[in-house]
Parts: sequence; structure tokens; C-alpha cells
Amino acid sequence: MILLDRVTVTYAGSPRPALRDVDLTIPEGELCLVVGRTGIGKSTLLGTLNGLVPHFTGGTLSGRVEVAGRDTRDHPPRDLADAVGFVGQDPAAGFVTDVVEEELAYGMEQLGLDPDVMRKRVEETLDLVGLVDLRDRPLADLSAGEQQRVAIGAALTPHPSILVLDEPTSALDPGAAEDVLAVLTRLVHDLGITVVLAEHRLERVVQYADRVIAVERDGTVTAGRPEDVMADSDVAPPIVELGRLRNWEPLPLSVRDARRRAHELRDQLRETEPPRDGRHPGDPVLSARGVIVTYGSAIAVAGVDVTLHAGEVTALMGRNGSGKSSLLWALQGTGPRAAGTVEVGGVDPAAAPAEQQRELVGLVPHSPVDLLYLETVEEECAAADADNAVADGTCRGHLERLVGGVRPDAHPRDLSEGERLALALAIQLTASPQVVLLDEPTRGLDYPGKEQLTATLRSLAADGHAVMLATHDVEFVAAVADRVVVLAEGEVVSDGPTGDVVLSSPVFAPQVAKIVRPLPWLTVPEVAAALEPPLAVGR
Amino acid sequence: MSASTIRLGALPRNVHPVAWWIWALGLATAATWTTNPLLLLLILATAGVVVAARRTDSPWGRSFRVYLALGAVVVAIRIVFRVLLAGGGDTTVFGLPELSLPSWLTGVTVGGPVTLEALLAGLYDGLRLGTMLVCVGAANALANPKRLLRAVPGALYEMGTVLVVAASMGPQLAQSSERVRRARRLRGVPTEGLAGLRSLVVPVLEDAFERSLRLAAAMDSRGYGRRQAVAARHRRTTAALVVAGVLGISIGAYVLLDPTGTGDIGVPVLAVGVLSGVAGLWSGGRYVETTRYRPDPWTWPEWAVVLAGVTAAVGVVASGRLQPGSLAPSVAPPTWPELPVLAAVAVLIAVVPALVTPAPPSAPRAAAIPEVAA
Repeated sequence: MILLDRVTVTYAGSPRPALRDVDLTIPEGELCLVVGRTGIGKSTLLGTLNGLVPHFTGGTLSGRVEVAGRDTRDHPPRDLADAVGFVGQDPAAGFVTDVVEEELAYGMEQLGLDPDVMRKRVEETLDLVGLVDLRDRPLADLSAGEQQRVAIGAALTPHPSILVLDEPTSALDPGAAEDVLAVLTRLVHDLGITVVLAEHRLERVVQYADRVIAVERDGTVTAGRPEDVMADSDVAPPIVELGRLRNWEPLPLSVRDARRRAHELRDQLRETEPPRDGRHPGDPVLSARGVIVTYGSAIAVAGVDVTLHAGEVTALMGRNGSGKSSLLWALQGTGPRAAGTVEVGGVDPAAAPAEQQRELVGLVPHSPVDLLYLETVEEECAAADADNAVADGTCRGHLERLVGGVRPDAHPRDLSEGERLALALAIQLTASPQVVLLDEPTRGLDYPGKEQLTATLRSLAADGHAVMLATHDVEFVAAVADRVVVLAEGEVVSDGPTGDVVLSSPVFAPQVAKIVRPLPWLTVPEVAAALEPPLAVGR
Repeated sequence: MSASTIRLGALPRNVHPVAWWIWALGLATAATWTTNPLLLLLILATAGVVVAARRTDSPWGRSFRVYLALGAVVVAIRIVFRVLLAGGGDTTVFGLPELSLPSWLTGVTVGGPVTLEALLAGLYDGLRLGTMLVCVGAANALANPKRLLRAVPGALYEMGTVLVVAASMGPQLAQSSERVRRARRLRGVPTEGLAGLRSLVVPVLEDAFERSLRLAAAMDSRGYGRRQAVAARHRRTTAALVVAGVLGISIGAYVLLDPTGTGDIGVPVLAVGVLSGVAGLWSGGRYVETTRYRPDPWTWPEWAVVLAGVTAAVGVVASGRLQPGSLAPSVAPPTWPELPVLAAVAVLIAVVPALVTPAPPSAPRAAAIPEVAA
């Protein structure tokens, strides 16, 4: 079905190839998962499959790519549209029309299918991806998960034999991600479509994969059975980390398999002290009462009380559209607030002048690039120092502490996701705010990137900042947060210590918790610490 | 409505956008031929009644009000100009101080006595322009402009897509600049001067470029621009036919619509132009492989709408030929205008679509909460 023969891709101006000597055969009806660190050739590999690389992106491709019997050398993406469905990273950016039904039909119109056939397939696809109720809704009004399903449906209507998806669940809350994955597994199992997808959130998808393709740092790939490839992949979900820790052979990839192997582990853990690390939160720094945010007649936040303490990391969770971002912006003071009070040290940030506002609450928005507008990292740092009237090098110092080794002359848009986030965070920290808010900081970060961010946020908390982050990433929350606040329809539905909140809900429980249930361990490092206690001193 | 009274033709649906545009252009054509305020008001009323009966609760459906306001502004501007740049006439209504202009501007007087003749001429003229504007507004309110683009002939399909995409750029830019503006406040970047402008424009433009690239990649992956190889000779023939068509239509329309000109050569030139244009589009569309999903049907309500619009235009033109002067009541000396019967009946026929067309489908559900930071 897909054949790559000694494929090497080099982009102009790049010293090393993005892909090197890739030999790959993907048979029909497989679900293939492409894994690898951020910023290495995962998207390039996906792009070669429908000719976007190099027809659209530029660069040089040597070797041969054959898809559904056609060589991509002679077939640009538009001529492969009937054979390969392609869903890019941001589905909303790829929408051509403005209503669900028309978007589903767009690809078929290009192929010149008969109107009767189109009508039939649109109806079938609406059922397949579960969008019947939304068929005449404007695309802009849909949630992120619904938009992703529209994009998948739109790629499916021309009946391609191959479906390629770039990070289909990264931006989705756990529930919406499950819906999308359910659609994908149905396509593979019922319709025999070959699915190739790249994903960072391996804990969500690795169990469904028939084959894993790991892209290495030098651009070569390793393909094989998931349990073999994951055994020494440099990105690994918690379940694999746990398996490696316990030397489980073969590596279990689903919670079910892992639980069956974990009897012994659970017995050992029962003997040890549960991981309650008596972190005691400091004084309250930010206290909000009855916060309401409305947009016209729609209510985004409906009377939320929340208190943030110094030295504490609080995670804000909830579905897409449950009011997380609106709450963060209202707490920061820049966003609208219809009613309620917010106080940081007795001052309402919304009423404070801009300079003081930044010293009270710093916010890193959903897309950190919005904060950046200069040509180099150095200029951005210098501008931040000047804007906040602090000593030269303050911002640069923060950046060095967050991630070392960012080239000062690099363009901010050329940085990796993690470095760009760190730069935005460093700029906001230059004003030394008492409260730091982050909106979806883990988007696009791989596991090592998330580990680094965890360390960063913990050290901010240790310095006495109060930290709150909105996120969908349950594994990240388990590792970083002391407290979890769950929002639904703009109201707080649960607020408490991380362990209590995530263990009480199957949706928010991290993999380790599901494996050792009913024991209260959440992360692999916690389990490792329990099994190998540090040498007892003075006892 | 009980189930038994519903007939298939009366099921709620959208009337073909092209039909609405032809109807509205018919009314607008009628308006260009007359300065008779009674007739113009009748045309306005006709457009208003049909829009009130058949528009949907959509952004474009709500835009009719804007066109009404715009029409009123046009009338006001016309009158103000007539008052300031006083024309001739004997019936002085009130006086304005006259502005002394340099000698090289002889023939232009600003201020001075304001005459009833000048006021009326301004009013009639403004009303005519305003009415034409409102007719276009009516078409816009009745037919989704994007659906109109979907109805363009196959040869123009790709151009239609480009226009649809371009139309969605506006809201996106607004959204993106709002996001960046808020982010800028977060960071405390200066908001004034060159640096302020730069901190807004650079991220917004970068965002727009990235979006366009992603959209282009998505469209390419979905088969946009697939076509058969077309011989150069065929392409040249198509181009020649289209250019000849555009020229013929422009010249023919100009000659026909100019009441002082010799209208005799207008009709044949226009006919040749239309034929050549249609041939060009057909020739260009022969090699296009795209098809349309759920095209709007064209059945008897569409014919009724088109016929009503054409009747209004033809009736008014005929009335002008049969009773010269009835369409342009005299302003000097000022007389009370009379309503020409033939023209009035023709315009009234244009109300028929409000009665015979099927009702538009019910409004889509209300918009969800906007994603603040997305």
C-alpha cells in the first residue's frame, strides 16, 4: 500500500537531512503510529506520503515513494487526493467552506463525483464520525474535537485507501480524544483503511497501533511491532516507563495488559508508605470570589471561587470550551469579567495600571507566539528588560534557567515549541509576578519537554510563586500539580489535592493510577521512589 | 401549518441565489430609468416587502438595514451638495451666505439662495441612487453571497473558491489582531508609535501567512486544482470569446441604458456580447471536472422570481417610451409628480415573489461561546 525506498529528504539551507535512507513498507489496513522527539522529521515523513513533501514544502527528495501504486514523483498532492486523505495539525486552518456539510463534500467536488454519490457519502460520513446533529452548523462554532472530526470526515468522503493524520488528539480534552480515536479504530477495523498518524500523546494511542515507526534524531527510522520499538524509544508514555522499570517482557501497552502484570508490583507497593509528600502551601496570594464571564448571552464562567497559594501549582482542567481560558484571562485582569472580585495582595489586577498588573499576575497565553514580535531572541529579551525597567540580562537569565542553550540570534519562530514557550514565560517572569498563569503549556511538547516544564514550574513554586495552568494533559497534571480544579460549563465541579481529584475520576486518572488502582500512586517516579527508598538518614 | 396543506414546491428551502439577483437587478434597472419619487418609493416598498417576507436570520440577512441607512446617507449627501452648490431656479426657499471664490472658479457658487428646484432635483437624484443601492442590498439580504459564488459556471469555479477564501480572511484577521492586542497588553509592550504598530502587525501578519500556507497545503491535498491538460489553442479561443463577451456586454449596456443615446445598435451588440460570453464560459468549463454538492434547484419559483424582476424593468422602460416625461417629473417649474400607471403596475408585479416563493428554512442554531484565546 505504501512503499518508501531509500528516501532521503533535505530542506534547502538545512545542514542535515530531515529524513535519511528511509526504507518502509506499510501493508493495507494497518494503524501506524509515527513517534519521535519534537521538531524531527515526523511531519516530513507524513508529508512524503501524499506528495506535500517535496511538491509543496520544497526541499529535495531522493529515493522513491510509492503510494497506492503511484509514484509521488509524478503525482502532486492534488492527483493523490482520491487515494490519500490528509488531516493537518490544525484542522480549522484547512477548512475551505464554512458549513459542516459543504466541508465534507468539498474533496468530492474536486474529484468530480456525481451529485447523487456525494449526497449518499456525506450522509454516511456524518454517521461514521458522529456529526449528524451538527450538519448545518457553521464550522467556526464547533469545538476543537468536533472540528477535528469534521476534518477527518472531509478526508474520508472521497473514499481514500490511506488516511494520514498529524497529531489528531493533541489539542483535545480526554473525552474528545477518545471520540476521535474511536472513529480511527473503526476505520481500520471495519473499513480496512490504512491509517498513519503522528502523535505526542502516546498514552492515548500506542495501544491501538499495529506498528510503530520511530524517527530518530539523525533522520533514520526504526519500524516494528509497538512493544519492540517502544522498548528503547526516546519518547515513552508512563505505561512504557513503568514496564521498563519493572523489566516487563513483552512490554504491555494497554492498561489492561499492564494491570495483569502488576500483581507483584501492587503487593510490593502495599508494603510501602503512600507518596504523600507533605507539601504545605503558603499564604493565599490570589483570591477570587464569584467570578462571572459572559460573551453576549453566552456564559463562559458562572460564578467561580478560587484561591491560589504561594508555592502551590494548581491545574485547571475541563472540556474544551468549559471556560478555562476565560477564567485565566479574568483572573489576570486583561480579559472581561462581568461580576465578582479578584484580589492579589489587596489589589484588583483588572483595576491596576498595566505596569502593576504585570507584577501581580503574569499570563502565558494559549499561543505564546502572540507575545513575540521581534527578529531575535536577544532583542525580545532586551525589550522585556526595557519594558519592565529592570537590569539588562534579567530576562535572558530567566530564559537560561528555564532552558539552557537557546541561541541569542535565533528567530523566535524558528525555536522549538518548548523553547518558544520558555521564551514567552521568561518575558512574563521579567516583571516578577506573584502569580503565574499558563494556558495549555504542553501543546506540542514531547515527554522530555514536559519533564523540563515540570521542573520549571516546580522551581517557580519553590521560589514562592503561585502557579496555575489550564491543561488537558492528565499525565502532566499528575506529575506537576498539587491541586486540581475541574470546570464544567463554567462552574467548579471539583477542587482538591491532585491525588483525590484524579483518582476519583476515570477520565482524569493517569495511567499509573489505573494500573496500581486502588493504591494512590500517580507517576512512575513516585513508584520508583517507593520501591527504592533513599538511604534512611538519622532514623 | 397542518401537514395536508404542505405541497412539495412550498417546502421551506432557499430560492436560487441567481434568481434573487436577477430580480433585484431588474428592480435596480427600473430605478435607473426614473427620477419620479412616487415610482422610486414604490420600488423601495416592493424591495422592502419581499426582503421582510423572505430573508433569513443570518449575518447577510441582517445586512439589509445597513443598505437602507446607506441609501438615506446618499439622499442626504445629494441634497446637501445641491444646497451648497446652488443651481438655478426661481422659487427661493431660504438664503445662505454666499462664499466668495477666487476668480478662476467662475461658474461655481457656494452658498447663496437655496431654491425649491435645487432641493427637489437633489432629492430625486439622491432617491434614484439610494433606491438602486437598496435593490442591491435586497439581493444581498435574500441570497447568501457565498452560495451565489457556488452557482458560478464551472469555468469560474476556481475564481469563486478564491473569493470565498478571501472573504473568510477578514473575520480571521480581526480575530487574530484581537488576540495579539490582548497578548500585547499582557506583556506591557508600548502600544503607541512605530514600535506599537510593529508589535501588532508583525504577529498578525505572521499568523496570516502561516494560516494561508496551511490552507494552501490542505486544499492541495484535497484535490483543488486538478484538471486535464488543455491545449494552448483551446485556451486562446476561450480567452478571446470571454474578452469579446465582456466588451460586447459593456458597450451594449452602456448604449442601452443611456437615455440620450441611439439605442438601436445597443440590442444587437449586447446580444452578441452575451452569446460570446456564454460560449467562452462553456468552452472554459468543458475541461473542468469538478461537480457541485447539493446544487440549488431551479424550478418554477425561480422562474417566477426572475419573471417578476424582468417585468418591473421592462414595464418601466416601456412606460418611458410610451409616455415620455412621465418618468422624469419636471422640477423647474416644480410640479406634483404623477404615478405612471403602466410603470406602477409593473413594479407592483415584483412583489409577487414574496407570495409565491417557498419560505426560507429556519435559522441555524445560535453561535456557541467564542473560544477566548483560541
